[in-house]
Amino acid sequence: MVVDTVDMKGLSDRLAATEVKGRSLWADARRRFIRNKAAVAGVIVLVAIALLSIFGDALAVWTNEEIDFNVIGQAAQLGYPSIENGHYFGTDDLGRDLYSRTLQGTRISLMVGIVGSFIAVIVGTLYGAISGYVGGRTDQIMMRIVDILLAIPFMFVIILLLVMFGRSIFLLFLGIGLLSWLNMARIVRGQTLSLKHKEYVEAAQATGVAGFVIVLRHIVPNLLGIVAVYATLLVPEMILTESFISFLGLGVQEPLTSLGALISEGAKTILYGTIWQLAYPLAFFVLTLFAFFFVGDGLRDALDPKDR
Amino acid sequence: MLVYIAKRLAVAVPTLMLLIIISFLLMHAAPGGPFTQERQLPAQVLANLEAKYGLDQPLWKQLASYVWGIIAHFDFGPSFIYKDRTVNEIVAQGFPVTLYYGFLSFLVAVFVGVSLGIAAAIRHNTWLDYLAVGVSIGAQVLPNFVMAPILLLTFTYWLRWLPGGGWEGGQWQYVIMPVIALSTSFMASIARITRASMLEVLTSNHIRTARAKGLPERKVIMRHALKPALLPVLSYLGPAFVTMITGSVVVDFFFSTGGIGKSFVDSALNRDYAVMLGITILVGSLTILFNLVVDILYAWIDPKIRY
Amino acid sequence: MMNKLLLTTALTVCLALPSVAATVAEGDKLAENQEYTYWLLDAIKSMDPQINTDVEGSGVLRALFEGLYDEDQVGNLVPGVATGYELSDDKTTYTFHLRDNAKWSNGDPVTANDFVYAWKRLADPKTASEYAWYMELMQVVNAAKIIAGEMPVDDLGIKAVDDHTFEVKIEAPLPYFPQMLTHASTFPVNQKVIEQFGDKWTEAGNLVGNGAYVLKEHILGEKVVMERNPLYWDDEHTVITKATALTINDNSAALTRYLAGELDRVDIPAGQYPSLKEQYPDQAVSVPQSCSYIYMFNLDEAKGPAALKDVRVRKALSYAIDRDIIVDKILQGGQAPSYNWTHAATAGFEMPDIDYSHWTQEERNTKAKELLAEAGYGPDNPLKLTLNYNTSENHKKIAIAVQQFWKGVGVEMTPNNMEWKVHTDKMQNQDFEVARYAWCGDYNEASTYLDLFTSYSGHNNGKFFNDRYDAIMKESKTSANPAPLYKEAEQILAENMPFAPIYQYTKVEMIKPDMRGMSTHNLMQNWYIKDMYRVAN
Repeated sequence: MVVDTVDMKGLSDRLAATEVKGRSLWADARRRFIRNKAAVAGVIVLVAIALLSIFGDALAVWTNEEIDFNVIGQAAQLGYPSIENGHYFGTDDLGRDLYSRTLQGTRISLMVGIVGSFIAVIVGTLYGAISGYVGGRTDQIMMRIVDILLAIPFMFVIILLLVMFGRSIFLLFLGIGLLSWLNMARIVRGQTLSLKHKEYVEAAQATGVAGFVIVLRHIVPNLLGIVAVYATLLVPEMILTESFISFLGLGVQEPLTSLGALISEGAKTILYGTIWQLAYPLAFFVLTLFAFFFVGDGLRDALDPKDR
Repeated sequence: MLVYIAKRLAVAVPTLMLLIIISFLLMHAAPGGPFTQERQLPAQVLANLEAKYGLDQPLWKQLASYVWGIIAHFDFGPSFIYKDRTVNEIVAQGFPVTLYYGFLSFLVAVFVGVSLGIAAAIRHNTWLDYLAVGVSIGAQVLPNFVMAPILLLTFTYWLRWLPGGGWEGGQWQYVIMPVIALSTSFMASIARITRASMLEVLTSNHIRTARAKGLPERKVIMRHALKPALLPVLSYLGPAFVTMITGSVVVDFFFSTGGIGKSFVDSALNRDYAVMLGITILVGSLTILFNLVVDILYAWIDPKIRY
Repeated sequence: MMNKLLLTTALTVCLALPSVAATVAEGDKLAENQEYTYWLLDAIKSMDPQINTDVEGSGVLRALFEGLYDEDQVGNLVPGVATGYELSDDKTTYTFHLRDNAKWSNGDPVTANDFVYAWKRLADPKTASEYAWYMELMQVVNAAKIIAGEMPVDDLGIKAVDDHTFEVKIEAPLPYFPQMLTHASTFPVNQKVIEQFGDKWTEAGNLVGNGAYVLKEHILGEKVVMERNPLYWDDEHTVITKATALTINDNSAALTRYLAGELDRVDIPAGQYPSLKEQYPDQAVSVPQSCSYIYMFNLDEAKGPAALKDVRVRKALSYAIDRDIIVDKILQGGQAPSYNWTHAATAGFEMPDIDYSHWTQEERNTKAKELLAEAGYGPDNPLKLTLNYNTSENHKKIAIAVQQFWKGVGVEMTPNNMEWKVHTDKMQNQDFEVARYAWCGDYNEASTYLDLFTSYSGHNNGKFFNDRYDAIMKESKTSANPAPLYKEAEQILAENMPFAPIYQYTKVEMIKPDMRGMSTHNLMQNWYIKDMYRVAN
């Protein structure tokens, strides 16, 4: 759950400073991003994986929960990847098709990653923006609360939550999202502090626009750059967290699965000669995370032009 | 500085209180208790058990006496499941193990990660750089629960070089696989962060000045570039610490090291209330302490920061 | 899975058999190395005989302590501390004669007073033992009232007549009483040591036992090390010098370590038996174990779903499960498909003729569809159910397979995985529709299973009530030949189908080929390290 926050602070300072330049910043950024081969490749891979996970089921012969009764019990001998019987990625121990399970697991993992970081971003941005904008005592108290929460080992709390209340996708989203808004809040607050004294904000204040409206209209839009970068880097962290929870057996309910759950099953059975059970899901997992990292790094570099 | 430390420690108390209350309430809200068994206990036996462990008291009283036990006697209570042990004993046995392989992993991760990061930065855009970046991203996304069984299969089953688990008081051959499994992803993150910040530092003005003075490159890097380049690494270490504790669950699970990571998960599953609270408090305190140490180090390295 | 209480009834009572401790078979040459290492899934929770609750703990306790009786390789009683007993004419007073050469590991003699102390300790509410009810199960006089706190513990119906004579009074004749004495909770403990060290008496170094081994080391989550006890009365027949139990939480990791030569005995994960048997024919073992696996239906008046109150629906659900696929394709460890409740290998149990056990699966499926249609369920009005199961690879696989079987007859089932404590809690509060359940026999006799579905049983979580069933089970308690009654009881279960039987357990293990005396044919899986030995190749 660690995005390099110091680097983010540097980026946030720079974005605040260059805000005045307005549109040209984004145009420049886009140009720089397109020049970054790794980042572009990341985007292509991500789009491909997303498309495959959404539409790939059309090619599947089996659904993600159907058991192939010809294969069940002989996964090591008959469950290998094969075009003929429709198991392109082979089957799991129960004879279920890994191709459709991998696609479905990718969907869940992407969803956990994206929804989780969405929650983190929304909560973190609003909290940070309000804290920074209102300032004074409120700011101090709000930031103290963040400090306190930061010292709580949240992974422990998530484990507790899932153990206590049974697994549900909703709890998983919520837990993982709540795990990561704290740093976002700090960064956003920092940037809000510097935005607050820009002429246009002061102008809005002078004309009597309500504080909340100023935050939403003038502050938040100017935070988009940093938020986008942070969110992109958060997604892979979320997916990793989910995979750990799946390893503990607290992930999504069968017959649904996630990449984390597939990998963890595959890893536990490598001794038995069913390597494809690990290989395919792991490939999707690694590719997805790689791509997100590259895109995130690319976005950051594009918005923060330094020679890296 | 001292005032700052005192302030931080003062905040630690409410933080821990909050942590205790959240965990305590979560635990008791959960279905089932420590004595819920497949063979339902006769009501009288259950009553005897609850009386023995004070579970028949109202919740607030249980919480109060628990907290009082900690403050007054540093007593975290008895385990409800491992009935011949107290929480203090369980932690005293498991924590040194976790600390030992955790600390070693930390050292390995920092040392290898920083070296790799610097090497990649100095040889920017060469094959060494690409290799380092590739390896580190790869290592970062490979979960340790995948790595652990692969290590086991390779070193224990195929090569027969290392014992497949156990601790034996921390003999080297039992420590190697846990440390590899735990340190790899941190090593990778640290390498990436070091590389990025090193690249940035190397293009900054004061390095240009140092180079202009004709200092040899090695000296420029060791004396002028390294310190500022390590700042982001330092701030990464705080949160990394917690993630590492979480990762120790996997190590304990696969390598039977007997650390507290597995004890925590077990205690949550078994409703071993006192053990679970005890470990949560321990990890919470360590997190606070560790963050503080990191901040102090930060101030020490970066004189621009004043508290 | 956990907290199984296993003990054996051998229906022949052997009063004065010679001890069998490691009777090295003729022609076996002993190996030089006599150390034994075996696998534990979890850490041992307690080394206190009166506190321990689980099977793995009992295994260790059988090495560190010795009760009145032990079991031999196939489960017959053999003398432990007791050399024999007399039973009074009214069959309620047992007088045990204790051997005079039994010693504690600190040199004290083992006396009848040690048993008196231990048994009272088990019943004493102050001990708060989770197995206190075992004294009730043994029907020791006044046990129930003492556990309830209504009577002082000294009124327990036991006494030490002299140092080597121990007398027990029970409430009513109980044919399998002697067989219950091999259970760990009845083992003696040393009062002096417990009073000296308090809760710390079970630590290595403090612990004093009367078994063939002494505790050297106990590191939670890592290992238990036991060494031979030279003061044990039958030490000269003990062969294994050192026994180590390693905790390995992952079964696959444990198997890897077995194959790397680090363990002498390990369980085989589901589905791996056939290939291991092929590769290591002399090491892979599958033998019956007294446990039965079912899906319980909730018939509770208020909380059970309406659909399950219809016996046709319950039958349809049971018929539609293809048990052959579950045992042959999923578990693959020689488990038996099950159409009844009691484990088929239970001593003295005669399997009734259950109609659908002879049908083909097609016939069962056809019948299931008919019954569901009769009950008003079909494609337009599909039956929807949820199945609760606790976290485990095997439970998950079976649940997913059953979901597919039921889908085949038009039933939509949602598997609902929860962790162990939640699952148990929900079952005990009738907060479920269909739930996975398994029962392991307490002793080797059918009533240990059949009592569960009486209306007065504390474990009848599905709330199946049948007056005739209750009457039969009550009658069986005093019957000279209960077998026909048990048969009838099973028939009632088959007709009413308060649960869907699925399979009956086997113990599927890898055992190093040079190990002997492993008691694999003991249905209750009670083994004694003192009986084991290694042979030279």
